[in-house]
Amino acid sequence: MAKEKKYIEKDGQKFEVVWEKPKGLKDKPMHYCPGCAHGTLEKFIMEVLDEKDLKEKTIGVAPVGCSVFAYDYMNVDMHEAAHGRATAVATGISRVFPDHLVFTIQGDGDLAAIGTAETIHSCNRGENIIIFFVNNAIYGMTGGQMAPTTLGGQVTSSSPDGRNLATMGYPIKISDMVAMLPGTHYVTRVAFNNPTNSRKAKKAIEKAIDYSLEKKGTCLVEIVGNCPSGWKMTPLESYDWWEENMIPYYPLGVIKDKGVLVEKKGGK
Amino acid sequence: MIKAFIEVDVEICKGCELCIPACPPKVACLTMSNEVEGQTPNTNAKGYHFVMQVKDNCIGCGNCAIVCPDSVITVYKLAKEKKK
Repeated sequence: MAKEKKYIEKDGQKFEVVWEKPKGLKDKPMHYCPGCAHGTLEKFIMEVLDEKDLKEKTIGVAPVGCSVFAYDYMNVDMHEAAHGRATAVATGISRVFPDHLVFTIQGDGDLAAIGTAETIHSCNRGENIIIFFVNNAIYGMTGGQMAPTTLGGQVTSSSPDGRNLATMGYPIKISDMVAMLPGTHYVTRVAFNNPTNSRKAKKAIEKAIDYSLEKKGTCLVEIVGNCPSGWKMTPLESYDWWEENMIPYYPLGVIKDKGVLVEKKGGK
Repeated sequence: MIKAFIEVDVEICKGCELCIPACPPKVACLTMSNEVEGQTPNTNAKGYHFVMQVKDNCIGCGNCAIVCPDSVITVYKLAKEKKK
């Protein structure tokens, strides 16, 4: 759908609105720390839903974690889930409302730790849901403890000498794991660390929503995120660390893309 | 004549400064409110320094708005007149 252009007048000249806050976001200020990738993700989801005019047909599920107050910011129907069980709740919702778009916003402490079983089995069943997975390599909400996705050698409040891979295991790559399952349709990894990557991320979110509308199966969009407070950095330092350490271990790009959109097949 | 400009919702801005490197280096029209020359440091009601447009050379690319986690920036660009 083509975006309708808006204009305003200033000093007798006509100005086009290039970008404004999406209508889907409420006016309430977000509780996220300055520079957190969660806010950017919610902004992009709402921007895409605004463009496609899908807000009335969308149900979001937010579990425990930094995304817990997502219902306060996103102007769609939202549901709370127990810690880690967002995909299980989303399964039920998508089966009761098969014509709705159902998505979850989960962090890595939620999806990759306590909710690993639910996540993997939902993907294995191929439920028609979208999972937005914010991977910031730390338990951000509880004070920066070590998570399963914490990188080797990374200092956190519960691994003060850095994560020892021999005793604490290796950082888990959830996206690569679920990409092996036949139920998933689209698995991709994106980041918001610069405007170019952010624009690509928006395209990926748009694609996942398109696939979900066609009932193709589970779509997982992993956002390699940052946690300035948990990493004990300023937002700008965290962006450098993000680029130097996170992205080499969690390389960006499409991991699995099973199908072509119907629209594109028709030559449009 | 200005080509484009931005508006910042200063009360919601948290001063994360991410928009400043996102602005193209040739333009660099943004500054934090505590770094403006000839002006006393300014904060919003929550005590954050907020971002300000200090030069008139904005090109309306929208990069600052895209990276902003709190969606505080609105971007306006001069509308192109249709050629007849």
